[in-house]
Amino acid sequence: MGFVEFARSILPELIAATGTTLELTVCAIALGFGVGVTLALLRVYGAKPLRVAAGAYIHFFRGTPLLAQLLLVYYGLPPYLSMVGIRLSPLVAAVIGLGLNSAAYQAEYFRGAIQSIESGQMLAARAVGMSRLKAVRYIIMPQALRLVVPAWSNELIYSIKYSSLAYFLTLKELTFVGKRLAMRSARTFEVYLVVAAIYLVIVVIVSRLLALLERRVSVPGLGAGRGRR
Amino acid sequence: MERGTLRVSQGTKGGGVETILQSLQPLIVKGVPLTIALTLGLLGMGLALGFPLAFAQVYGYRPLRWLCATYEQTFRGIPALVLILLFHSGLALSFHILLPAFVSALIALGLRSSAYQSQIFRGAIQSVSEGQMLAARSLGMSKLQAIRHIILPQALRLSIPSWTNEFSSVLKDTSLASAIGVVELAKEGTLIMTRIQHALGARWILAIWLVVSIIYLVLTALGNRGLGFLENRLRIPGFETRGKVER
Amino acid sequence: MSNPVRADGEIVLRVEDLHKAYADNQVLRGVSLRLLKGETKVVIGPSGTGKSTLLRCINALSVPDRGRVWLEETEVTDRHVDINKVRAKIGFVFQSFNLFSHLTALHNVRIGPMRVRGMSKAEAGRLAMEELERVGLADKASAYPAELSGGQKQRVSIARALAMFPTLILFDEPTSALDPELIGEVLEVMIGLAKDGMTMLVVSHEMGFARAVADEILFMEHGGIVEQAPPERLFARPENERTAQFLRKLTELYGE
Repeated sequence: MGFVEFARSILPELIAATGTTLELTVCAIALGFGVGVTLALLRVYGAKPLRVAAGAYIHFFRGTPLLAQLLLVYYGLPPYLSMVGIRLSPLVAAVIGLGLNSAAYQAEYFRGAIQSIESGQMLAARAVGMSRLKAVRYIIMPQALRLVVPAWSNELIYSIKYSSLAYFLTLKELTFVGKRLAMRSARTFEVYLVVAAIYLVIVVIVSRLLALLERRVSVPGLGAGRGRR
Repeated sequence: MERGTLRVSQGTKGGGVETILQSLQPLIVKGVPLTIALTLGLLGMGLALGFPLAFAQVYGYRPLRWLCATYEQTFRGIPALVLILLFHSGLALSFHILLPAFVSALIALGLRSSAYQSQIFRGAIQSVSEGQMLAARSLGMSKLQAIRHIILPQALRLSIPSWTNEFSSVLKDTSLASAIGVVELAKEGTLIMTRIQHALGARWILAIWLVVSIIYLVLTALGNRGLGFLENRLRIPGFETRGKVER
Repeated sequence: MSNPVRADGEIVLRVEDLHKAYADNQVLRGVSLRLLKGETKVVIGPSGTGKSTLLRCINALSVPDRGRVWLEETEVTDRHVDINKVRAKIGFVFQSFNLFSHLTALHNVRIGPMRVRGMSKAEAGRLAMEELERVGLADKASAYPAELSGGQKQRVSIARALAMFPTLILFDEPTSALDPELIGEVLEVMIGLAKDGMTMLVVSHEMGFARAVADEILFMEHGGIVEQAPPERLFARPENERTAQFLRKLTELYGE
């Protein structure tokens, strides 16, 4: 069987697994968004202890490998969670691990964005009579959200690629299923090649779409945050 | 792989902690050196490949530039884990090229790092102002001389902050080599986790991973400190090494 | 008063019918000029009229679409000529200085002689010190560009050009980027050079300088030379109406 035929034969199973990958990625980045924005707000507007705590969180999750975090969540927590009757499926553990990790990076991007629009805007909002909360909600955040788009796009791409680490959690995402297929057939290299190609295609498509989004939403000034890989 | 027997405690907490500490030893003794070796090795490989790549992309002819850009995009779009599996299991089972796991990881991650480092250097070279090249050429320097004596010294200094970032990313990515059995820090952690689980119960697993994480934090901090020191040694008054957007 | 040291008749620079266009913009339309050894000529004119482009075509930083340039016996515009050797004989002083940011003043001046002319480090260093003294900055030898004022930077950049013993020095608006109080020190150095017999082509609107040392002033507009004459004649009796207008505007703005 030639490469193309072979590739076509394994594609269905891989595409199914890709669905899991995307599901994982979307949930994780959503979790990351929620936690990340909260952390960023805490860092910018919070009282000292909150700022420090948020800072520690961010330092920890950015400074340690995602793998260690995933294994910590999937193997380290369940003994304690089972005491409260919570069971962690590979998918949920992966979403939590990837999400909490992503939150740390997103928090930094948002913080950068918020701080770059801080001074004048907030003053003006307060002068009009808005409370701090209202000012943040109606004036600061809308602008910050536009400013983070480039960095956030980067983050999304990163999450797609690093969702592959759910492999270690035996989640049936693309890489795990790929490995299973690869071990079954003798054409391991080709299987992985197809897996790599699928990731590449997804990344390229998502990049293009995000680039379009960026153009429509762009604000000159703040560029991408700390580059992620 | 005998590492010395694990004394199974009879249930006292004190005994548990001692055993834990003892069993964590391999992390430092075996895991850390391997992690460091892998990190330095692949950074070096990434540098050796990435630098000429950046060069080619800035100064080369269009087809060469396109080739380099494709290389970069490819190695940055494929997850590191997949690359590692490709270069190990893929080569082994399909082509019967059985590389030691360390080497496979080194090549896979090294190639990947070269794509990122190429981008770093390219950005740095391009951010040296055009006037520098003009002045150098006006003195009668050839393009090569100008690049060597004027552009590169500045570009390399400008690269340091981003390169520090790369070091940190690479250090964390070495944990992925555990997928193919390289017994670096993360894999060591997994091995210990299995043993502890049987010997002392699953509640200690959290502690193990916290310790592993802290070790990574320490390694990162040391590396950053070292690179910061380098940055200071090379500092030139008034010459901006920090890029536009930091905190 | 123009330069009392008369040119001795040897042609250093010959520019013939230069044309250059960028996209749709015709920047140079058939510019020709000559410089004899020891002459100083100043080019004036409204911005965007191709004055900088003219200079850059002379040392081949820009390639003209049509026309030729000769430095003494060598044709600069000849494709087969070793352009680095030619450039080593032409000094270029930029409006934005372009000092090498990672090198001290001394190293900036000595790198040309060292790397292009192949002098030893010690020799080049001594030469560099001499040139720095000549421009009055010997005490700033180990300062980095970021630590120098604009005027000092420009003087170092002149020293850098001088260290190559050029046949000709081109000045591209050397004082336009400087704060007013720093202009004087640079002009002083330039006047000294002209009086010492250096062949110079200067793009500038410093009329005081032109009046002091220029053998001729060339007025350029829309990519062509409208009028050229020694300073006294140009100021007193400009032949062209546009020249007169421009000179009037200059006097208004800069109060010469």
